[in-house]
Amino acid sequence: MFKRALTLALPALLALTTAACGGSSGDGAAKETTLTVFAAASLTETFTELGKSFEAANDGVTVKFNFGSSATLAQQITQGAPADVFAAASPATMQTVADAALAEAPTTFVSNKLEIAVPAGNPAKVDDFADLANKGVKVALCAEQVPCGAAAKKAIEAAGLKITPVTLEQDVKATLTKVTLGEVDAALVYRTDVIAAGDKVEGIEFPEAEKAINDYPVAVLKNAPAKDLAQLFVTLVLSQQAKDLFTKAGFTTTP
Amino acid sequence: MSGLSARLDVRRGAFRLDLALDVAGGEVVALLGPNGAGKTTALRALAGLVPLDGGGITLQGRPLDKVPVEKRPVGMVFQDYLLFPHLSVLENVAFGPRSRGVKAAQARKRAQELIARVGLTGYEKAKPGELSGGQAQRVALARALAVEPALLLLDEPLAALDAHTRLEIRAGLRGHLAAFGGVAVLVTHDALDAMVLADRLIVIEDGRIVQEGTPTEIAHRPRTDYVARLVGLNLHRGTADGVLVDVEGTRLSVAEPLHGPVFVAFAPSAVALYRERPDGSPRNLWKATVEGVERHGTSVRVHLTGPFAAAADITPAAVADLALRPGSTVWAAVKATETHAYPA
Amino acid sequence: MRAGRGAPWMLAVPAAVGLAFLVLPLVGLLVRAPWRTLPQRLAEPAVLEALRLSLVSATLATAVCLVLGVPLAWVLARTRFRGRRLVRSLVTVPMVLPPVVGGVALLLVLGRNGLVGRHLDAAFGITLPFTTAAVVIAEAFVALPFLVITVEGALRAADPRFEEAAATLGASRWTVFRRVTLPLIAPGVLAGGVLCWSRALGEFGATITFAGNFPGETQTMPLAVYLALETDPEAAIVLSLVLLAVSVAILTALRDRWIP
Repeated sequence: MFKRALTLALPALLALTTAACGGSSGDGAAKETTLTVFAAASLTETFTELGKSFEAANDGVTVKFNFGSSATLAQQITQGAPADVFAAASPATMQTVADAALAEAPTTFVSNKLEIAVPAGNPAKVDDFADLANKGVKVALCAEQVPCGAAAKKAIEAAGLKITPVTLEQDVKATLTKVTLGEVDAALVYRTDVIAAGDKVEGIEFPEAEKAINDYPVAVLKNAPAKDLAQLFVTLVLSQQAKDLFTKAGFTTTP
Repeated sequence: MSGLSARLDVRRGAFRLDLALDVAGGEVVALLGPNGAGKTTALRALAGLVPLDGGGITLQGRPLDKVPVEKRPVGMVFQDYLLFPHLSVLENVAFGPRSRGVKAAQARKRAQELIARVGLTGYEKAKPGELSGGQAQRVALARALAVEPALLLLDEPLAALDAHTRLEIRAGLRGHLAAFGGVAVLVTHDALDAMVLADRLIVIEDGRIVQEGTPTEIAHRPRTDYVARLVGLNLHRGTADGVLVDVEGTRLSVAEPLHGPVFVAFAPSAVALYRERPDGSPRNLWKATVEGVERHGTSVRVHLTGPFAAAADITPAAVADLALRPGSTVWAAVKATETHAYPA
Repeated sequence: MRAGRGAPWMLAVPAAVGLAFLVLPLVGLLVRAPWRTLPQRLAEPAVLEALRLSLVSATLATAVCLVLGVPLAWVLARTRFRGRRLVRSLVTVPMVLPPVVGGVALLLVLGRNGLVGRHLDAAFGITLPFTTAAVVIAEAFVALPFLVITVEGALRAADPRFEEAAATLGASRWTVFRRVTLPLIAPGVLAGGVLCWSRALGEFGATITFAGNFPGETQTMPLAVYLALETDPEAAIVLSLVLLAVSVAILTALRDRWIP
């Protein structure tokens, strides 16, 4: 009896709290009005935009985002965070959620490519990837533990270079900050980050980046409180409209 | 030129201290006064811990008021001694000489001599926390003397001691002060301490000198109610015409013939009380009302109102015989020979 | 709790809740720790390297804080000047500032292109970011307020008349400070130093932002813990426990040695 009452009460309670948090016009405790999306930090700008058009297309729906490091988000989800959609910056992090049988059929929607980012004006005169191995060129990389670091390692190995960075940053934004402040001469970051940084940094493409393409999978979560809305949102993410947006931001979209 | 000449003008909000001090070398002067009279402020001004708003200080012919605290040839004993708790007795006493540039070994030697002089040999390694009040007082004195000051300042040196220790330390301190060749100024609110320790008393009330003189002069000829209370006398201001003095409308006979404004002083023990108007020998007699009765040593002190306020010391037996209680009416009498009159 | 001497329940209950609040997360770490693989994880040179770096840099940062913070506390407690209240609140800025922002602020001043760093680079060829010195600077920046506030409190509580007594004995201001003030406030300085050291040891945000993260050079334990958390939460727990155990051991030893 108790268990039954609990299973009935929990969703209602969740809906209540999410409604309260979202501040949406709750016209009934059971109605799904809030969609919670956990997404990799590098998707902040594009997903925020997508969220707005999703709200415009679905009357009375509020989209709540939780942007952060993919690994942290995956951990929050496996610890029971009430999310509907998860968009990760690497298949590996999505896999940890799938392994816990919490994600349904992840689909790759975009991929991101590394670029060499140098401060505006390129003070250390970096022309190509091999220059990063030069003594006197200060390089920042992401730590191996985070997706951009893993990708950087793969690219460096593919090029057969020996690069000694001055720092292994905790995420791609921190790595980019070191470039924008001019503390390092070069860094390996995603193309999307170079574009987002505007004219503070310059991007240099390099062939080995193709060996370290980073795929972004998206999935509806098994325990999603608003499953129908979640499915709709994933459809939007895979739509042509979204592809244009992603391309503009620097992502590579799959045909 | 070996003495101290100072005019201390210190303003603190509404309070103003303004006194002139002239003390000869080898002389011990006590600043006596009620709480808040400015005694300690005067001492701190001499030490340089309080800046002067006016006046000046000359010690041994040298102006001192522009000299910073640490450069003044001054030794100070504080009321609660302020021995450095983390330093041993020896280190406390050697602190002054060390700070004034004396070599470590020499400073220790001097400190040891002073510790011996105040009778604390064997306590060199003790921490101040392990000393009794009397011992701490002596260490404080040794510490102040160790800098060989030209001016020794003592702030309520005996106030923190219990009655028994006080007696003993007072006698010892008197000896040390007598042996001290410089100028010594001490502050106290205890008349006995002042009279035993000092060659001259300066009474301060409300930032100003109200009376100055030898202990005998002060004890016999108080000039303010405060001093009279301090030395335990009844004091009245009146107008003399020969041996008769008019005090608030009552005529008192006195021993010495005088004219004009005078003080009349007499001891509470000289006052006799009666229920009925006594007959017999002519004496000063007035009708008074009992205001209060309190124990005072082995006798009882009766506070009287009437034409003027006075105190009488009588035996407990007399209190019972007279059935004294607040509001009772009594006759008070003092022999002319027991009074003391002097010009105001 | 003995009858009559025990705390009243209005104090005892919140006190117990408070203690549980502090201790339970630790229990969580202990329960989830991978005890069986613990020895081999501890033997990893990277762990020892990060631990050594953490201890060295936190100790150096504490030394820097003592040298700069005690005089600053003295000025705040013993002198009067215009704007003293403003200065006092400025001292607490690093406590309020998110540490990452503090790290960025340090980069803007001491970085290669920073206000001061630019001249350091031009004049001496010194660049601070990505060096162990930068770790020490970042930790000192974040920990300094803890020392200043503790020592200032100790100075305000100390009887200034001891200083006057020392002055009448002929001690210069510096001698008074060294031989009287400092010994009197020693317990406060020690407490401030311990707080400062603890804060420095756990520092993450300002360190990773200003000094970066490179094993053996700038990767302290909290940085290693954070990165381990990305891929290997168990390793993160082990590292946290090591840091915790070492710091508790050191603080306990200090307390036994210095505080009777």
